Amino acid sequence: MEALTKQTLSDQSEKQVSQIVSGAEALLLGLLEEGVDTIFGYPGGAIMPIYDALYGYQDRLRHILVRHEQGATHAAQGYARVTGKTGVVFATSGPGATNLITGIADAQIDSTPMVCITGQVATPLLGTDAFQETDVLGISMPVTKWNYQVTDVTELPEVIAKAFFIARTGRPGPVLIDITKDVQFAKFEYTYKKCEKIRSYAPYPKVNNDDIEAAAKLINAAKKPYILAGHGILISGAQKELLAVAEKAGVPVASTLLGLSAFPCNHPLYVGYLGMHGNYGPNVKTNECDLLIAIGMRFDDRVTGDLKTYARQAKVIHIEIDPSEIDKNVKTTVAINADAKAALKALLPKLKENKHDKWVNEFRECDKIEYEKVVNKALHPAEGGLLMAEVVNVISEMTKGEAIVVTDVGQHQMATSRYYKYNTTDSNVTSGGLGTMGFALPAAMGAKIGRPDKQVVAIIGDGGFQMTLQELGTIFQFNIGAKIVILNNSFLGMVRQWQQLFFDKRYSATEMTNPDFVAIARGFYINAAKVSLREELKQSIQTMLDHNGPYLLEVVVEKEENVFPMVPAGDSVGNIRLE
Amino acid sequence: MEHPNGYSTEVKLFVISVLTENKSGLLNAITIIFTRRKINIESINVSESEVAGVSRYTIVVKITRERAEKLVKQVRKLIEVLGAFLYEEEETHFQELALYKVPLEPFLNDSNNRIEKLIRDNFARILVIEREYIIIEKTGRKSETQKLFEELKAYGVSEFVRSGRISISKSKRRTETFLKELEELSANSLVKE
Ligand SMILES: Cc1ncc(C[n+]2csc(CCOP(=O)(O)OP(=O)(O)O)c2C)c(N)n1
Repeated sequence: MEALTKQTLSDQSEKQVSQIVSGAEALLLGLLEEGVDTIFGYPGGAIMPIYDALYGYQDRLRHILVRHEQGATHAAQGYARVTGKTGVVFATSGPGATNLITGIADAQIDSTPMVCITGQVATPLLGTDAFQETDVLGISMPVTKWNYQVTDVTELPEVIAKAFFIARTGRPGPVLIDITKDVQFAKFEYTYKKCEKIRSYAPYPKVNNDDIEAAAKLINAAKKPYILAGHGILISGAQKELLAVAEKAGVPVASTLLGLSAFPCNHPLYVGYLGMHGNYGPNVKTNECDLLIAIGMRFDDRVTGDLKTYARQAKVIHIEIDPSEIDKNVKTTVAINADAKAALKALLPKLKENKHDKWVNEFRECDKIEYEKVVNKALHPAEGGLLMAEVVNVISEMTKGEAIVVTDVGQHQMATSRYYKYNTTDSNVTSGGLGTMGFALPAAMGAKIGRPDKQVVAIIGDGGFQMTLQELGTIFQFNIGAKIVILNNSFLGMVRQWQQLFFDKRYSATEMTNPDFVAIARGFYINAAKVSLREELKQSIQTMLDHNGPYLLEVVVEKEENVFPMVPAGDSVGNIRLE
Repeated sequence: MEHPNGYSTEVKLFVISVLTENKSGLLNAITIIFTRRKINIESINVSESEVAGVSRYTIVVKITRERAEKLVKQVRKLIEVLGAFLYEEEETHFQELALYKVPLEPFLNDSNNRIEKLIRDNFARILVIEREYIIIEKTGRKSETQKLFEELKAYGVSEFVRSGRISISKSKRRTETFLKELEELSANSLVKE
């Protein structure tokens, strides 16, 4: 396979060789040029010529047949998030295409590179309400970084090249290319040239030296500086630079949900996780620091709470590649509109060696309060059913914080973000911005395919699992060795928690009568077990981790447990509740 | 009034001028940015600019400066948008065009030339005269084209149409120079450092 792609590449550098191929084949050749080897997809009428061409490329392009197109998008996201490569999805027109929308919206808000290829009815049928014709361009427009419909086969190579260039550069995102059926059949003279430039698109703004000087001055003068590390660190690969900046200037580092694993959790400067269910110190200290250094994050409302009372006392440095995020929610003192890695590299030599031990200790004092009020009880309950925190803690210890952890949305997601101790980078995959239940199972599939060498553990609620559980079929068919942990509380737990705290305990439509999850897994020929006793927890997790191949472990947890601390929605981060 | 973040809370007219590649679907992509934020477009005009293949959108909105600035940044994010510029009304020269269809009859019986005088006084002109009606044309600001409409009402206006605003900024920058700078800028910011 490698030989073949190399062949095409070296041929091209000598002269632009052309060959007569169909649009369908041209697409596959284009994917190979872009280094694609895996596709997540589902066939149908309007994309059949492409699937037919794929039959002849099975040795070079691995196609993972999912069980629902939404699963293909989340799998592509999981794959992209752990490899840094662009995830690729195929789907047919109409319902195939509309089934992609949730995953595309998720990839857009969580800046994940993805290229979706949809088949479309033949060009003359556009706009006639033909069978399975949907305006997928119109539907996907607000949730894609770019989209395009190909109705002229000679445009196809250029459009594919542009799609990959746009998806992976700058702030990454999803691109959708809709290809009409006649274009897939049409023969033409194919040549491929990678896209290197679009004049209306400047993905990597140059670091401005004045901004760097101004930022360095603020950091060198600060008494209580505080770094908020976001997803941008992982996307730009700035982990080392972040570490160097934090260590040199002695600045404590907290992480956003999507920034988790960018900074080692066991580092003395790491102070914890930010936001609604984040750690106590990171939240309250936001309103006590004198300088906030936000890197590759976008001040989401789940991080800031009430903006009117958020960090008003502090000066703010915002390092961010997307100019529309700067001054959107929080007014900056110094904005550095650039890639995080480039900015931190430029910043490092301007910083004075410094220490802020007293300030860092203030976080530790907060940790003690949080430990006593929350953590200790969550990790070492005296009695009662298993708690989410202790399960996550055991998984964290048994995997040495080195697994790729994929979470769904809800209480289990917050428990995992709080209690898993990420010690290797790019090991947190979750749906942050969109909060898509059903994300974890297919995303774990994609993550395991992208990093077969790593232990991949999906932690999912009983509710979210039932949104995409059909992907167990994919996991079985392709023997994808992801480990699946269901934290079963027989409730839509997070919603129940809000009902308890803010709606007088009126549990409207949140209790679940659940199926036998172990039987379901076994129905898909996947090994499975169920555990509800504390003394059996470790052994059952060990069995799961040791198993060669996919495995599902249902853990029965306390039905009405709440995740704390909590900043009530719209409240100030300073008013974080510990119980 | 001032908001704590330093922005004025005053709602006023802003002109957003957008230069784009000529791509189908882009009008939709631009307008949904406004719709999603519940911002009503007062008027919109699209035409090819002085540079071949480059379109110019002139969009008028009535919002606060803070919202306007954030909106313009969202418009710039679209891949095919070459540039988006925010102007207050006073920073532009602008016009609109209005057409009025009125029945011919009052003209024929207009012994005092009252209608003709009205047209002259409003710096309007007669575009066509048909057997049944005449069409009057006027360029000007909204208040001016509206004033003529009110005055013509007495004679019966059977159709009235007003174009979106078109405007030219008072800045000296040439579109071509801007595009050239943009080419250099994008060429310099293609790769990660
Ligand atoms: C697709 C989708 N529908 C609804 C929601 C709203 N929601 C957020 S958390 C939650 C409950 C999740 O329950 P479960 O999967 O059992 O996880 P738990 O909170 O119990 O850990 C719901 C319904 C959502 N985030 N996504």
